[in-house]
Amino acid sequence: MRSKNIMALVFANTGDESLTELTSFRTMGSVPFGCRYRLIDFMLSSIVNAGIYKVGVVTKRNFQSLADHVGNGWPWDLARKKGGLCILSPYSYAEKGGVYKGKIDAIYGNLLYLENSTEEYVLITDSDFVVNADIDKMIERHAQTNADITVAYKSGIEGKTFIELDDDKRVSAITVESEQPEMGRNVIVPMFLMRRDLLITLVKNAYRHNYIDFELDILQREINNYKIYGFEIKGDAMLINSIQSYFDANMMLLNKDFRDKLFEPTRPVFTKLRDDMPTRYGYDAKIKDSLIADGCVIEGEVSNSIIFRGVHIEKGCKVENCILMQSAHVGKNSTLAYVVSDKNVSIKEGRTLIGFKTFPLVIGKGLSV
Amino acid sequence: MNLKTECVAMLLAGGQGSRLGALTKNVAKPAVPYGGKYRIIDFPLSNCINSGIDTVGVLTQYQPLELNDYIGSGQPWDLDRASGGVHILSPYQQIEGTDWFRGTANAIYQNLHFIERYNPEYVLILSGDHIYKMDYSKMLDFHVENNADCTIAVLEVSMEEATRFGIMNTDENNMVYEFEEKPEHPKSNKASMGVYVFSWPALKHYLIQDEANPNSHNDFGKDIIPAMLNDNKRLFAYDFDGYWKDVGTIDSLWEANMDILNPKMPLELTDPNWKIYARSRALPPHFISAEATTKNSLISDGCYVAGNVTDSVIFSGATIEKGAKVEDSVIMPGAVIKSGAVVSYAIVAENAVIGENAVVGKRPEDCDDKDKWGVVTVGPEYKVEAGAKIAPKEMLSI
Repeated sequence: MRSKNIMALVFANTGDESLTELTSFRTMGSVPFGCRYRLIDFMLSSIVNAGIYKVGVVTKRNFQSLADHVGNGWPWDLARKKGGLCILSPYSYAEKGGVYKGKIDAIYGNLLYLENSTEEYVLITDSDFVVNADIDKMIERHAQTNADITVAYKSGIEGKTFIELDDDKRVSAITVESEQPEMGRNVIVPMFLMRRDLLITLVKNAYRHNYIDFELDILQREINNYKIYGFEIKGDAMLINSIQSYFDANMMLLNKDFRDKLFEPTRPVFTKLRDDMPTRYGYDAKIKDSLIADGCVIEGEVSNSIIFRGVHIEKGCKVENCILMQSAHVGKNSTLAYVVSDKNVSIKEGRTLIGFKTFPLVIGKGLSV
Repeated sequence: MNLKTECVAMLLAGGQGSRLGALTKNVAKPAVPYGGKYRIIDFPLSNCINSGIDTVGVLTQYQPLELNDYIGSGQPWDLDRASGGVHILSPYQQIEGTDWFRGTANAIYQNLHFIERYNPEYVLILSGDHIYKMDYSKMLDFHVENNADCTIAVLEVSMEEATRFGIMNTDENNMVYEFEEKPEHPKSNKASMGVYVFSWPALKHYLIQDEANPNSHNDFGKDIIPAMLNDNKRLFAYDFDGYWKDVGTIDSLWEANMDILNPKMPLELTDPNWKIYARSRALPPHFISAEATTKNSLISDGCYVAGNVTDSVIFSGATIEKGAKVEDSVIMPGAVIKSGAVVSYAIVAENAVIGENAVVGKRPEDCDDKDKWGVVTVGPEYKVEAGAKIAPKEMLSI
């Protein structure tokens, strides 16, 4: 992959407040997903698969798990002398910023990082979408349309911010619905491509006006002053903004077509390695339609479930429609259905825990039942 | 000049492993896959870093391309270091001409200058042919305590097996007074594991002396150890009592894989304090479909299992289609077992394809002539045609 004259900013904390069950001690970007990933892996992988090798990860709070996960960026080939991965924490540049309120604030706080960069373009993304985006195509489209700003979108999915497009796919309106998410409209998949110097100008200007919201206060206000074009995401894209959408998105992975597209071999999804041994199945293991990571020991029955690394399911257990995160231990003869267990949960022998399809039962990190 | 290093490890990884046939046609033996996601060389490399030895020379010769690529910068083993780290040492051209490594001792001799750069006190000699977990730092302590010139790790084997090994005859202090290579009538059952600690001055002296001897085989077991014993040097046997397996033959490689399925096997691969590291591809988790059965098996990342798997080790990215049956077998990375195929007592190598309804191998109890029974090997990239029948013990290679 030829490297591009583009850098990326990935916001790790966007949407934290919509998934408090799992983000009370971590960022949205470090929410575990799909047996072995963290949400940020999807955006980071999309970025490096497009040959972008300078990435600033913007954090706000609770970012220990994120820092631990991304480390020096090696799994994404981002451990580099030139560029590479950099965590931008609050107070990175003392006199500007602090704990930010919104994207504008956050970018302003890290303005020096942007100003000291030499890349011509910046791609700004969030990490609350599960998507394997072909950013190469977006870059191509940006050049073709001669756009000032290109915004990724997808229609017919749940979202937070919506755009209207004219016949040339130029953005004619941007709206935010603060009530229930709506289906069937063009949803912004938060990936914005523009010139670095334009971003700096827009952010400086917005900051002076005490604006907060990137989409509304910059994009919407400037809609007639700049050419903003839409780029449609072809593959799947799923917003994680509730425990329900988190549960449903995980369960989508059990669908082979969906999985094959998300883990498209030419655009691999990279993640931190843990060097577990392969998963061991006992004589009594019965598995149906489940996605299972390395390092597990499975002696019971598992169906329609997402099993993370190092989970131990003992004999006589029935685990159905569950998401069991790293190192869960399920004691003998326990029955679990529609349970989402956070990391290091221990379920003792003979327990029965049943959630409901539209109300998964969440067990917090490290708890014992 | 590098910082002084207490111990440099030299890992002999140039062996062809000819008894593994198709499996080592294009790769050196240490690069042969093992245990679902590892390669043989992951064991000595992980042992090194877990023992606190972070300067490792890997001597390659036979088909080194894949092995070199696999080791790369050494990052998966934390051996990418500013000082020390892992170094690939291959034969090279010198002013007197070009020379292949002629034996284990000659291979080290040709790289004396590499060891000299670190000016160590001790040199650990390892081979890339064995599956075991060992704390070399304990062996090093033993060597230092005994003020030894050379310490040889030994494993107690049965007296019958002793005839196949290099045997150390020792006194009550574990000091070696005699070494016998594959003795007909062994006096002891302490078999050399091919793991040596040398004090650097002694090693250097004997390597130079050995090189000057035109009749030498330039081999540690055959030449260096006997020469040191001859000179009454202090040689000690270090007892090792863990799991150790030479995976030099198809049968032993198959057995070593089956050993992991045995919960009582002493090779513990889940110990967080002694992880075996490996270079892995970015593969999604494995998927087990509704039609599949998985009994007493090991399954790795990236696999798709819709068939029936029993008592088998399935490596990364392998596919077992619906209706296929895999039992007592080793299915290496990327291999595909098509629907209706039956694979028993077989090693199916990387990216091999077993066609629909093919029958590969047989259970021993279904074989009338026990002499004709054995593990089948399907070589890398080999395609077994649909409906084909492959007899036990066969070795298929492209």
